[in-house]
Amino acid sequence: MASPTLNTTADVRGLAALYGRILAARVRSDWQYRTSFLALVVSQALVIALELLTVLLLLRLVPDFGGWSTVEVVFLYGLATVPFAISDVFVSAVDRVSNHVREGTFDRILLRPIPPLIQISALEFELRRAGKLIPSAAALGWAVWRVDVAWGPAEVALLVLALASGTVIYSALWILAASVSFWTVNSREAMNAVTFGGQFANQYPIHVYRGWIRVLLGWGIPLAFVAYVPAVRLLDPANPLGLPRWLVFAAPAVAAASLAVALGVWRTGIAHYRSTGS
Amino acid sequence: MAGGLRLGLEIGRRSFRRASTYRAATAAGVFVNTVFGYLRASVLVLVAASAGGVVNGMTTVELTTYAFVTQGFIMVTGVFGDTELADRIRTGDIVIDLYRPADLQWWWLSTWLGRAAFQAMARGIPPVLLGALTFDVRWPDPWWHWLPFALSMVLASIVGFGLRFISNLSAFWLLDNRGTDQMVTFVVMFFGGLYLPIALFPGPLEAVARALPFASMIQLPAEVFLGRYDGAGLAWVLAQQALWAVALLLAGRALLGMATRRVVVQGG
Repeated sequence: MASPTLNTTADVRGLAALYGRILAARVRSDWQYRTSFLALVVSQALVIALELLTVLLLLRLVPDFGGWSTVEVVFLYGLATVPFAISDVFVSAVDRVSNHVREGTFDRILLRPIPPLIQISALEFELRRAGKLIPSAAALGWAVWRVDVAWGPAEVALLVLALASGTVIYSALWILAASVSFWTVNSREAMNAVTFGGQFANQYPIHVYRGWIRVLLGWGIPLAFVAYVPAVRLLDPANPLGLPRWLVFAAPAVAAASLAVALGVWRTGIAHYRSTGS
Repeated sequence: MAGGLRLGLEIGRRSFRRASTYRAATAAGVFVNTVFGYLRASVLVLVAASAGGVVNGMTTVELTTYAFVTQGFIMVTGVFGDTELADRIRTGDIVIDLYRPADLQWWWLSTWLGRAAFQAMARGIPPVLLGALTFDVRWPDPWWHWLPFALSMVLASIVGFGLRFISNLSAFWLLDNRGTDQMVTFVVMFFGGLYLPIALFPGPLEAVARALPFASMIQLPAEVFLGRYDGAGLAWVLAQQALWAVALLLAGRALLGMATRRVVVQGG
């Protein structure tokens, strides 16, 4: 099935307007069950806050974490979690494609002249996920303020670059995870190991993990480029892996490559898709 | 009474069989639990190493064992919950359940335990075996220590049920109870000892966590697995779990009574 193409700026503008309208409608519908919506926002904030508390409790037990000080680990935590939260708000909903595949409603999505990826991320958008941003941004803000770095324009630019690359890398992971549904709906839960598992792994300096898991999650999935590599550059902390500090400049390229791979798998998945037919 | 018991066993058996049909999902779940076990164990090993091998009375091997067995507890005690009952309340199907000549709580408990029995084997043991490939894991020793552990696990699962029964019933009032359900999940994960063993909490926080029912779902059965209790201490741990199980079941019953008085069947 040919995927719709966007030829003109008018097409893109029309698509953006449509996307905005669907998002607004989703927010309005969520707001109908106010108590439930607020409870969901609070619970999303709570999970990140409790994770952060866990990291702090561990740091309380040991003087330093693999050679990293408390503020350095909190910086790493924020740098890893803010992009995760942003990609969770805007992209992770593509995971719902599994429901559409199972129930046969994906046919309807393919019939519309809008890229399926944009349709699903808009149709399944849930503002509640933004709850994750509150504690993670607070942690990053605190660490940026307290860490021993002279923040000039270059450092700020690097931070923004890292956050943007990280968001793209996590988004690529969500798209990759969602694509699995085109082949197998039942075992797609395995992908939680790279999405949620990746976010969890990134909360700690990557050198604390043993050989194969570090290679797989850090470089195979390129999670190290989200937080660890930028933190090595910006903070110049203990660096037992001996990573070069210029490696951070590869992050945008790694992010772009991840996204290209994910989109390629997504398209292959759609080409492979057969309707449930009933 | 005997009839109720037989009905419960029949429901449990069917629930066991139903859970066992999702093979691919089970394998995927084991994989995810094991990956998280590896990550948690790595972090705990590092903490133990920089603290000189023992942290708050827990040795490295106890910490790595803890990381993997508690990953195995997730499905058995229902840490992530189960929304089936809440879904039936929202859609109104609950009315059919209330018409049945069987006790609603007993019906769902039998379903829960049947599934938990399957999850104990399929999702409980493999992560520990896979963890033992790379990390030191200590199994219950002597062999009869498996018996109190099995009992502790059954009680942990009933506590998990009692908690979820209540959070599912909240759908009678909220209709959409996903928010409360998620909050329960995260509170269980933290105060139960899944993120971090409660034993590593600072003193006062540990005392609070041990006084809450969530410890009965994760921390206490894990400590029984590690053989940290004997004699009267062991009896007290199991009694605590049993007390929480009974208290939560009774609270659920009371709430169910209140809820059913609210049910209004929409005529069609």
